[in-house]
Amino acid sequence: MSNFYEDIETKPAEKTFLDSSELILNMGPQHPSTHGVLRVILKLDGEKVLGTECVMGYLHRGVEKIAENRTYVQFNPYVDRMDYVAAVSNGLGYCLAVEKLLNTEAPPRAQYIRVIMTELNRIASHQVWLGTHALDIGALTPLFYTFRDREEILKIFEKYCGARLTTHAFRIGGTQYETYEGFEKDCLEFCDFFLPKCDEYEELLTTNRIWVERTKGVGVITGEECKALGVTGPVLRASGVRWDLRKAQPYSSYQDFDFEVPIGLNGDTFDRYIVRMQEMRQSVRIIRQAVEGLPEGPIMAKIPKVLKPPVGEVYVSIEAPKGELGYFIVSDGSTQPYRVRVRPPSFVNLQALDLMVRGRLVADVVAVIGTLDIVLGEIDR
Amino acid sequence: MPDETKPNDPTSPEAAKPAEPKAEEKPAPPAPAEAKPAAPATPKPAAPAAAAKPPAPTAPAKPAVPTPQPWETELTARLKKKYGSGIRETSTYLGQNYLVVDRSLAHEILEILRDDEDFDYCVDVTAVHYPKKEEPFEIVWILYSFPNNMRVRVKTALPEGAEIPSVFDLWPTVDWLEREVFDMFGIKFTGHPGLKRILLPDEWKGHPLRKDYSILQQDKEWVQINLGIESGQ
Amino acid sequence: MGFLEFFYAKNITPGEAGNYTWATIYILVMFALASIAVMLMTWLERKIMAHMQIRLGPMRVGPHGLLQPIADAVKLLLKEDIVPTKADRIVYWLAPCAVMVIAFATYPIIPWGRAHAVTDVNIGVLFMLGVSSLGVLGIIMAGWASNSHYPLMGSLRSSAQMVSYEIAMGLAVVSAILMTSLQTGTGTLSMIGIVESQMAQKTWFVFNGWGLGFIAFVVFAIAMIAETNRAPFDLPEAESELVAGFHTEYSGFRWSLFFLAEYAAMIGVSAIAVTLWLGGWLRPFPNLLSGNTWDIAFGLFPALTFVVLGGVCIALAIKMPGIVQLRIQKFGMLAFGLLLFFIGVLFAVPGVRERVQDIYWFSLKIAIFMYLYIWYRATFPRYRFDQLMKVGWKVLLPTALGVLMGTALWGVLR
Repeated sequence: MSNFYEDIETKPAEKTFLDSSELILNMGPQHPSTHGVLRVILKLDGEKVLGTECVMGYLHRGVEKIAENRTYVQFNPYVDRMDYVAAVSNGLGYCLAVEKLLNTEAPPRAQYIRVIMTELNRIASHQVWLGTHALDIGALTPLFYTFRDREEILKIFEKYCGARLTTHAFRIGGTQYETYEGFEKDCLEFCDFFLPKCDEYEELLTTNRIWVERTKGVGVITGEECKALGVTGPVLRASGVRWDLRKAQPYSSYQDFDFEVPIGLNGDTFDRYIVRMQEMRQSVRIIRQAVEGLPEGPIMAKIPKVLKPPVGEVYVSIEAPKGELGYFIVSDGSTQPYRVRVRPPSFVNLQALDLMVRGRLVADVVAVIGTLDIVLGEIDR
Repeated sequence: MPDETKPNDPTSPEAAKPAEPKAEEKPAPPAPAEAKPAAPATPKPAAPAAAAKPPAPTAPAKPAVPTPQPWETELTARLKKKYGSGIRETSTYLGQNYLVVDRSLAHEILEILRDDEDFDYCVDVTAVHYPKKEEPFEIVWILYSFPNNMRVRVKTALPEGAEIPSVFDLWPTVDWLEREVFDMFGIKFTGHPGLKRILLPDEWKGHPLRKDYSILQQDKEWVQINLGIESGQ
Repeated sequence: MGFLEFFYAKNITPGEAGNYTWATIYILVMFALASIAVMLMTWLERKIMAHMQIRLGPMRVGPHGLLQPIADAVKLLLKEDIVPTKADRIVYWLAPCAVMVIAFATYPIIPWGRAHAVTDVNIGVLFMLGVSSLGVLGIIMAGWASNSHYPLMGSLRSSAQMVSYEIAMGLAVVSAILMTSLQTGTGTLSMIGIVESQMAQKTWFVFNGWGLGFIAFVVFAIAMIAETNRAPFDLPEAESELVAGFHTEYSGFRWSLFFLAEYAAMIGVSAIAVTLWLGGWLRPFPNLLSGNTWDIAFGLFPALTFVVLGGVCIALAIKMPGIVQLRIQKFGMLAFGLLLFFIGVLFAVPGVRERVQDIYWFSLKIAIFMYLYIWYRATFPRYRFDQLMKVGWKVLLPTALGVLMGTALWGVLR
């Protein structure tokens, strides 16, 4: 990995493109694989990829700088906009981090509501991933099915907090909104509705010979390489490392729920696909348990109106749908955070792209970017 | 949460239960929400001052502010034995352990943490700018150990313009993380295979996350040349 | 023969009879119908794919989007004609024309019925295969003329794909030709001759040979999808891949010519498949369910189809909400439904019934193939290029060879 930079700067392709020597191909900031504005520069030898370089920052909005100029409460809506596909998870991470700074915890009812919303959002995020990933590989239909079914989740979000995508669902100390009338019924209905849909997606893809050939053995990464590269989330789990922050360091009452952590054995695209499909099913399990066990009680902890956390710093991370999402917040005792650092999973996961596509064909690059499940909002912040 | 030890719980004359240092799973908010059996059935965000005001004393009992506690384990003992004063501080705050080390020893200590103490995953590398301190930059490495399920922060202070060795040879994951620190703070990492800006354009002048870079500031020249507009604001 | 007498004689094609007037009329009619068929294909593709993706597809331009092809054609005609600066202008202009001409050049000998072809040549199948192979030339011309290495790479890949799959196609075709020689001892390459030999053997070749005919048919069916660059073999023209296909630099009407040519080629190769294995214009079960009553029963199929289609249109028209904005559409759909209904009634009239038979059955079989093409596109992901070549050379080619030898053996042993 370390030689790539020297190669690309000192040895440009001198021969013409007709000699099958190195060709620099630009997968521009806008391309039909709907992952956002990411520029990938590929160094090719004919069809084979010799190396990649990612250029990002097209969506950089300076979120960390903004955080230093807003109060803790004012910053809460900003975090949704980072990983906009899984906005609820971002909110959860931030609220947990600030609550840790304040040395409080949300009441149990709020924790359960948070779990329900987060797991629903995990399913929605994986549905977006599945639709776009299948579309990149050429299967045009699953996109419509997954987005159609995701509508049910977005309806629940809209009824709960008024927004479908950037939900701002949680507040520091708990949740602001009590569950609406029929929330439990909607969630359980969704669980019943969704499991056959999962089977439907698998029917279209898992046993499809072309899908298997396009994904098996493509973009292989081992568990050790994942750990060294800091890759987390389904990518790490598909490489055989059974590590999920919800189990290893439970937060927000995840320890109360019984669910499994699926892993894959080969670390290729097919395994990542299977892991995410299984994660969706496990999320349904968690939602059922949470809804059925939803305790009564307050939904907001007693925290001061003006939040002035004591001087100190914390790092809190959660298992977002894409990996380990961490918030490192430094407080100087004032109402505004001194430093907020967001550790985005997609940013670190994307570093693995180079390793995963070396030696593979150009057509696999698109598949691998899809399987890493990146969201540029999170990478660029 | 596994690592946590709660500091002194806040008490107030109204709270029925005493502070329990080992309250593992029970939430212990500063305000005695659970202690009031007649707590309102409709959960409302608490107006803390009004609800928690104890009637008797004139000065309201403030919840004890958590402070960093010293952190002594075998790991820190080993490190302190080897490096002595190079390890400036080992503490734990709200259950999160951290070390503050000399910057000359940072790379070595990180290597020891990776090799001997099994911190095989570098979660994050970041920096904080304290312009008032004499060594204004603080680099923070957050490490995690899969075998021990433990997280630790390693911090070091950096004077203005100083460079710090990169840990790319230890964990390849810091490739882009260090580039971002360079991009945002201007801190150079020696030994990094290709230290250039990552989120901002390559020709951008200025390092935005420094405290002397105002939130409305921009590299006007770059904006005018490349975007063709007067200003991005 | 006299002008109109020829038309009523109807057991020989104009080309064979040497009647150039009727041949010209047939050519014009065929070209017009082919164009309409291709336009209908664009509408069908969008509608069927949409319904498979649980959405509706075009609904606004005309009732249920029926006028969408016209809207597309008008839009493409009105688009700016962009020619890359360094492009080879003559070749750039020639490429879509070449592809279009070659695609339509196979149409004269497609036998829609015994007398319903422009002509019949005694090397029919060879002609069809040969001419459809020329399509590769048009693609390479398009990639070359664009003067950009992405289209060139795309066109080279596309041509490599087409050439590889032609071999499997050819071998499958040969095994079908072998079957024509079973009854009479001499085989025939002429398209009409092949169907007549199926008629004489009283079986469609797809059921012949204890499954060998079926395997040959399947090999051909897969190869023809790759031949026409359709999903799942459409990597050279896929949008989400890096190297966009040979038609990247084409816009507006030139691009539409490529796509019309693609649909026309689809119909052409489907016609080969139908002729060789599915009995051409023969109705189903000619020997099993023979006799006058069965003839009449099957003879009513065209009428039935159109009546049902008309009924469906009328039902959809009635279901449309009666708001002001949709009134024209409702009326249009109703009129269209009534038109189809009356055509159906017309087809039930005994005189017309016999004449429509052959064309109807041939068209129905082609329509099934078109539906399958669209179904594959909606369902399957794309093959990567090396996997595509692997399938063509390592799977289809040995299978086709095996089937060929099997058919030969079976024919000898009979």
